[in-house]
Amino acid sequence: MAKKGWDEFEIGAMLRTFDGKIDDIAGTRQEDRAYSQNSSYTASVADWRLIKPIFNKDYCIDCQFCWIYCPDVSIISRDKKLIGVDMDHCKGCGICVEVCPTNPKSLLMFPEQADEETEIANWPKKDEEEA
Amino acid sequence: MSEMKKIKNLKEFSTSADRFEGANLLCPGCAHSIIVREVLNATNDDMVLSASTGCLEVCTAVYPYTSWDASWIHIGFENGSTAVAGAESMYKALKNKGRLKQPERNPKFVSFAGDGASYDIGFQWISGCMERGHNIMHVVLDNEVYANTGGQRSSSTPIGSSATTSPAGRVSYGEKKNKKDMVAIMAAHGIPYSAQVAPNKWKDMVKKIQHGFSVDGPVFINAVSPCTTEWKFDPKDTMHLTDLSTDTLVFPLYEIIDGHELNITYRPKNVIPVEEYLAAQGRFKHLFKDEYKYLIKEWQERVDANWAYLQRREEARV
Repeated sequence: MAKKGWDEFEIGAMLRTFDGKIDDIAGTRQEDRAYSQNSSYTASVADWRLIKPIFNKDYCIDCQFCWIYCPDVSIISRDKKLIGVDMDHCKGCGICVEVCPTNPKSLLMFPEQADEETEIANWPKKDEEEA
Repeated sequence: MSEMKKIKNLKEFSTSADRFEGANLLCPGCAHSIIVREVLNATNDDMVLSASTGCLEVCTAVYPYTSWDASWIHIGFENGSTAVAGAESMYKALKNKGRLKQPERNPKFVSFAGDGASYDIGFQWISGCMERGHNIMHVVLDNEVYANTGGQRSSSTPIGSSATTSPAGRVSYGEKKNKKDMVAIMAAHGIPYSAQVAPNKWKDMVKKIQHGFSVDGPVFINAVSPCTTEWKFDPKDTMHLTDLSTDTLVFPLYEIIDGHELNITYRPKNVIPVEEYLAAQGRFKHLFKDEYKYLIKEWQERVDANWAYLQRREEARV
């Protein structure tokens, strides 16, 4: 695209979130939506993160606290079950770990370079004092 | 489609398809998007949204990206509410003339604004919307400071808070004026519903939002939104701070119906001393110096007095 001068821009801008038409947006899951390149869903903020959450489904009770309190729509929940973390949109704030009620927690924060399988194998055991 | 979405518990709520997208540029741990998600997920209807200038607006609409999956407009600092009110008037006019293509769809009109855009700059515009009786909802994301421009005080900033235009130091303890009681001011317009909500009490919040959608007329919602950057706490503690704000009764949760009928909707089982709320935040750090310690006592007295006032109003039904 050729570079535009300051007086060549259109006044106001309209961005379309979707390519094509979606009739029932509240009934369409994110994976079924045809996002256009203007939706921030197609962007990534993964490079903001210093620590990342790792989800261990063995301890999860599907309470969905992490889903409701996630500020970045990064906790993926389908059919009332938590299925994972959206690593493109997670900023690593750690709220999901704080609100997790299980013992031991089913979500924990690890350094960005940590390996998911190794960490799940070495998951902390139940904390008896806290219980 | 216009019937109310049924949300019995959090598992049922979690089947909602989000209409607010990630990869917005809000700070990690920002409560704004938690509130926005809870509002948008409270209904399945189409939505017409606006945001006044503020963190939410600049972070969710960075060209060429938008984080909204609904019709969304931004115009200026002050007129987010009137933009939505105009859209609502047009919708009503077209509906009356029978020129809507899908008249059975029942869109909801919501404007989001920060406390600066509601308590100060957009005050006159919001007041106008409430007075004219548009069928809109105005949601304030109340973080008690102009966080977007670097932490200047707004008329929502509470006493003792250190903001960049009311800094704490040798001669001052920071902000000297108390917070404006916006919910009461808006209720005084005689609007059908005004309420104070907090994102940690999601069920209470969703109930209030749905009630707001079901009434005919303007609705005012004030939502507490802890700001990790300006309140100075760790991003992971956002929900902890929100818990503290509701359980210390600094942000009591209540609703005012038709401008006079006040109901308290959340009574904490264990009321926490205000000192804990203040201690958790960097902006009140100086209050714990010996010379300013008397302010903590005053804080507690003010919060107790407000709680007593709310309870008496609830009893008196006036």
